[in-house]
Amino acid sequence: MSELHFIVNGKSVRVETDGSKPLLSVLRDDLNLRGTHFGCGTEQCGACMVLIDGKPAHSCSREAQTVAGHSITTVEGLSQNGALSPLQQAFLDEQAGQCGYCLSGILISASALLAANPAPTRAEVIAALDPHLCRCGIHNRVIRAVQKAGAAMAGAPR
Amino acid sequence: MIDTKLPLSLTDNPILSQWIAFNEPGRVRVGSGKVEIGQGILTALTQIAAEELDLGVEQVNLVSGQTDVSPAEGFTSGSYSIAVGGASIRLVCAEVRALFLDRLAETLKCPVAELSVANGKFLRNGKGTGRDYWSMAVEIDLERRASGTAPVKKPSSYRIVGKHLPRLDLPAKISGKGFVHDMAPNGVLHARVLRQPWRGAHLAALDEAAVRKAAQAPIDILREGEFVAFTSADETAIMRAAEAARTLAKWDGGAPVPDDAGTPDWLKRQSARSRTVETGVQTPAQGNRVVEASFSRPFLTYSSIGTACALAEWKDGHLNVWSHTQGPAVLRDWLARALKLEARQVTVIHTHGAGAYGHNTADDAAFDASFLAMRHPGRTIRVQWSREDEFLGAPISTAMAIDLRAVLDADNKPADWTIEIWSPPHAQRPGMNGNANFSSETALPNPLPMNPLGDVPDERGGGATRNAVAIYDLPRHRLVHHLLPEVPIRTSSLRGLGAWANVYAIEMFIDELAELAGEDPIAYRLSLLSDPRPRRVVETAAKISGWFDKPKLPEGTARGFGFARYKNIAAFAAVVVEAEVAEDIRLKRIWCAADAGLVISPDGARNQVEGGIIMGASFVMREQVKFAGGRVANSTWDDYPILRFSDIPDIDIELIDNPNEPALGLGEASVGPTGAAIGNAVARALGKRIRDLPLTRERIVATLMAD
Ligand code: FES
Ligand code: FES
Repeated sequence: MSELHFIVNGKSVRVETDGSKPLLSVLRDDLNLRGTHFGCGTEQCGACMVLIDGKPAHSCSREAQTVAGHSITTVEGLSQNGALSPLQQAFLDEQAGQCGYCLSGILISASALLAANPAPTRAEVIAALDPHLCRCGIHNRVIRAVQKAGAAMAGAPR
Repeated sequence: MIDTKLPLSLTDNPILSQWIAFNEPGRVRVGSGKVEIGQGILTALTQIAAEELDLGVEQVNLVSGQTDVSPAEGFTSGSYSIAVGGASIRLVCAEVRALFLDRLAETLKCPVAELSVANGKFLRNGKGTGRDYWSMAVEIDLERRASGTAPVKKPSSYRIVGKHLPRLDLPAKISGKGFVHDMAPNGVLHARVLRQPWRGAHLAALDEAAVRKAAQAPIDILREGEFVAFTSADETAIMRAAEAARTLAKWDGGAPVPDDAGTPDWLKRQSARSRTVETGVQTPAQGNRVVEASFSRPFLTYSSIGTACALAEWKDGHLNVWSHTQGPAVLRDWLARALKLEARQVTVIHTHGAGAYGHNTADDAAFDASFLAMRHPGRTIRVQWSREDEFLGAPISTAMAIDLRAVLDADNKPADWTIEIWSPPHAQRPGMNGNANFSSETALPNPLPMNPLGDVPDERGGGATRNAVAIYDLPRHRLVHHLLPEVPIRTSSLRGLGAWANVYAIEMFIDELAELAGEDPIAYRLSLLSDPRPRRVVETAAKISGWFDKPKLPEGTARGFGFARYKNIAAFAAVVVEAEVAEDIRLKRIWCAADAGLVISPDGARNQVEGGIIMGASFVMREQVKFAGGRVANSTWDDYPILRFSDIPDIDIELIDNPNEPALGLGEASVGPTGAAIGNAVARALGKRIRDLPLTRERIVATLMAD
């Protein structure tokens, strides 16, 4: 057991845990942030995607202690004061979801894409989301939602 | 006309109070035994209830799959949810509304025709009466049988059904919430089960000390018979233990599966129960052109993105189970049997999981958790499967071999048609054939006896024979079905069961006949379709894709077509695929026309059709469960690839507006036609037909190299 420190969704947190556990387990079990999901544990599906210092990273197979001290964003960190982010709103507007299990990871990667490139082409969205699997087949809706969110964010007053 | 003959759900749950309660001011509880599996059913059923009761959608509290209060409606499967569950809710709500209005008419001594309902309030000649459902609820006895005779609304008067209503469950999911996986009650005990690698396998050795060491934290190990479970308050510890145990365990005995399982040769060698169904008069082969072709599909798996998860708690003689099962009431009954309890001692609470596309591991996980809960009274047990166990232990969608033979008449039309199918059963859900069908149950000492297996009967859509009868005008049809009931694999239902493989074979074969006749594939099909309804679907797909404009396509790119009516009674779908075929297939664009009669939620319907297209494409292009060393050899998405973002083309969907026809199940309709359209596009691009699936790079290369 050791004490690890992270910035999670903008807040500084300390947690007493086994640092060799996957980051995903620390988020879900120790910090009770259960929006990030387990799909495979082997970096193949993207259900567990989080941002580490703003970059998408699989949390399922990364030891928590290797990212101690870093800034982590989970799906819970996308909404601000309980309000959906423009990206989440675009997913709702496009009804981009069936079972929704894949969504928290996809939203994370999409948010990183839009932060770097607010007007991605279809090909760019696809490249950013290719680490994510969705078995229900909502891919085209997701692509549209990401592009619309980018447009909405670019048009919104800053 | 909307059919008012009582749907099955209503004959099974005939009392109005099983469906509806006015127990909360301003809100109506409507029960459903159908459950959300990502298909938007909660939203669609809410629309139906609000429509018939004249409520706002926010006034409907749809309680689904909670066995203590919801009606028992079997499984949510086979596109039955809207057609059967929705029809029941429509009839119940119409009847309840009529009971209230009749009563009010008596009280006010006025004709019922003067009364109407708005947001649950009763109006007379458009003016408030001061009465509503809630104030009158005490006067209406709902402990009575549904008659199913109250008039339902005319589709032309619909305000809510057929209009866009955003999915009610999506806001939570967009925030990562709402799944059974996310339940984390205090003091939960996590568990993982060591799965048997094949049926009847005996655990010859397991180095428990090594397993405990791998866990890196204290765990408990429970062993009964061939059942082994690891429990701990720390989920990571049992994940590590289970992973170590999977490699450490030594198994023998039982029925390991041979490596060639699933090939046509292997299928045709298995012991069979055979039957023939014939219509029409035989046309002799002699003097006529005879065409024959053999097709096959491999074993497939569900591959939901989330693994199975369940929680269970045994307290004060009652078992509560949270599960993403597709059949909450059936699960309750069979958990009770397998655990030697009364059904009333068990409550199953449906809680959302990842998409279920058939009989996946949800029920198995529920059994694991329930069994362990009874060994740990008072504790909540949480079981979640590993991805490797999903591949290894999930029911398997069975391989099939399909032979087709046609005797052609002078116009090159099929005068005599035979389809011959070899297939293990497509359904081993809990309760089917009177078996519990929980994977761990058979690993325990003294399992319930196992009854012989059958397939889904034809009158319920069939399993291997689903869509085996081609929809075309065939004067003589012969179906030979070899059910292979002794295959030592838990074969069960995946989206469409045998339908998509039969559609693949039939639609590839029809293309072959069209080519022999020197006709355009769609024109040839139309010449075999006299019924205007399917013709319109085929013609619409041709129109939206510009099929008959014969667009000039680049070298190596071709279009293919596929068509079917799911189960020959549900929705129609016709699909055009444009694909570029080199060593790999690249989908360029897909068009689909579908007719599902009355569509309750148009956007939800499109979402389902598109999901079916993508899954159908994935099935035929990529997927295959293989066996090695007696067990499933796939353990990751590297060796069981499914379509991903970079594979998905633009997809155009046209839903044919047909609101005066009954709502038809839509979830599976596009799967088969899409696969067939891809097969036909590949055949046209290569100049060779690939009849054995999947259409992998190796197979394409081998086909190109052959002769
Ligand atoms: S759970 Fe991390 S990629 Fe699948
Ligand atoms: S919506 Fe179900 S896996 Fe993506």
